[in-house]
Amino acid sequence: MAPCPDGGPLGSVGAVIEVSELTKRYGGKTAVDHLSFTVRPGQVTGFLGPNGAGKSTTLRMILGLDAPTTGAATVSGVPFHRHPRGLRHVGALLDAGQIHGGRSAAAHLSALARSNGIPRRRVDEVLQEVGLAEVANRRIGGFSLGMKQRLGIATALLGDPPVLMFDEPVNGMDPEGVLWVRRLFRRLAAEGRTVFLSSHLMSEMENTADQLVVIGRGRLVAAEPLRDFAVRGTRRSVAVATPQAAELAAVLTAAGAFVEPEGSVGAGKLAVTGLTADRIGALAFENGVRLDELTPRSASLEAAFMELTADSVEYLAGESR
Amino acid sequence: MTTLASGSPATPVTGPPARFRDLLASEWIKVRSLRSTPWTVGLTLLFVVGSAAVATLADKAAGSGPAEFLPFDAYPAAGYWTLMLVAGSMGALTVVSEYSSGLIRTTTVAVPARGSVVLAKSAITGALWAAVGTVASTGSFLVSQAILDGHHAGVPITHPGVFRALVASALLAPVCALVGLGLGVLLRHAAGTMVTSVFTLLMLPTMFSETDRWSADVKHALVAGAWNRLVQTWEPEPASLGYTATVPGSWIVYALWPLITIALAVLVVRRRDV
Repeated sequence: MAPCPDGGPLGSVGAVIEVSELTKRYGGKTAVDHLSFTVRPGQVTGFLGPNGAGKSTTLRMILGLDAPTTGAATVSGVPFHRHPRGLRHVGALLDAGQIHGGRSAAAHLSALARSNGIPRRRVDEVLQEVGLAEVANRRIGGFSLGMKQRLGIATALLGDPPVLMFDEPVNGMDPEGVLWVRRLFRRLAAEGRTVFLSSHLMSEMENTADQLVVIGRGRLVAAEPLRDFAVRGTRRSVAVATPQAAELAAVLTAAGAFVEPEGSVGAGKLAVTGLTADRIGALAFENGVRLDELTPRSASLEAAFMELTADSVEYLAGESR
Repeated sequence: MTTLASGSPATPVTGPPARFRDLLASEWIKVRSLRSTPWTVGLTLLFVVGSAAVATLADKAAGSGPAEFLPFDAYPAAGYWTLMLVAGSMGALTVVSEYSSGLIRTTTVAVPARGSVVLAKSAITGALWAAVGTVASTGSFLVSQAILDGHHAGVPITHPGVFRALVASALLAPVCALVGLGLGVLLRHAAGTMVTSVFTLLMLPTMFSETDRWSADVKHALVAGAWNRLVQTWEPEPASLGYTATVPGSWIVYALWPLITIALAVLVVRRRDV
């Protein structure tokens, strides 16, 4: 990527996305509910939530496309809509389909570049960067979804901005594309840019993000480093298999564990939470219970995500009663 | 539009100043890069000028009637209502296509000054269709005169009202294109915009007659009514039962329709979610 002529994003200490008490209501429906979080430079921040959680609405409000009902969102301390031209401040991919199929990739990018006073050679650079240089003059209408995603990423990179936002960028990409895009996001963050990445797939974040902002039903569920999220979210459980399931369950419950049968009835498999594998093994030995399997399960991000967002849903449903 | 507070420490990038002519260039790239643009323009010109030729050829009275009616042959309703239809639709499409594809969001992130985008689109659309209108109108006049000259019934452009008719017909296209564009921004929905612009520009005028004062007033306040008056090279007969619009009034109608629709579009686009 070409270095920014005037010091560029590397010197931008304040390239922060700041969302405070952001609320958006459509009629009676609240899409985003008093949401507050901060996205900092030099990191990839994942924006997670189930479908319909309000991720896209939040991104649109940050970009000044939708006006918040209450609250505010700023980028580098300024509401984004105040900029007369945006591409040098924030690059965004909201939806790969937001193009005119009748134009070529080069024409699409040229029009956008020109509107922001960005030189034409930058169009060739970003097309090269995303691997679309060879199809630059083909009509976008014939592009696959993966190619359209690449074009959307090229659009975001056009102004060499310090802040980048991507909504579900890997949708429709082939495995090679997914790997490429992950490396790109890591590199953009390493260059000191703010990279904000939405997805409904936790597995995607596992490989890319440093920080997570998790929302459910328009509310903040968690905003913390990825590692903390994984540890905090899931109660660690231990899988146990034994021919003396009833006996062991009684012993472990007496020791303060929570025991759930797993698999078919009589299979002798238990999921134990509240005790470590060592302790379970010791208790089984002391009580003469034979163990066929004793496996500690590590916390999975996916499980943490499901658990936390499910909680937020239950919480809201209970509240509205 | 509020401008960025100067010297804000948090503003990381200082690009070149935001220039309106960059927006014009950008919109021109968008128009130019669509294959449908030259096709639509070419076919429309062919049809409009062709209709003038057909209308003039069909004028059997040419040479015997009064010269006042002859320039009118160059501007038949068939051709010019088609021009209105195409210009209005194409004007609407420049924005409706962005709304229906979602491209408008990409555009708005690139240029958060939404009003400026509407104005740049209007300027480019207006200029394009003014050029098309001028070629159509001049072409119609020349073709029609060439045929009339064959009957020794040509009317020079210096004849009273002839130049006015030519200019009014040339401006008909940009007026309609801008009305279509303004309606497109206001309604966003493709089918809704098409129906509304065809209704406003073409259907509504046929609803009103010139025999009642109020009905004539409405008709004269519409674009098609104004054009009708401006291409009439003859003055109304004093004994006529119908009401006739005034020439200055018709020019004002020409100016107000695009001005009001574009002004409304700019106002609305700045307040509404994209």
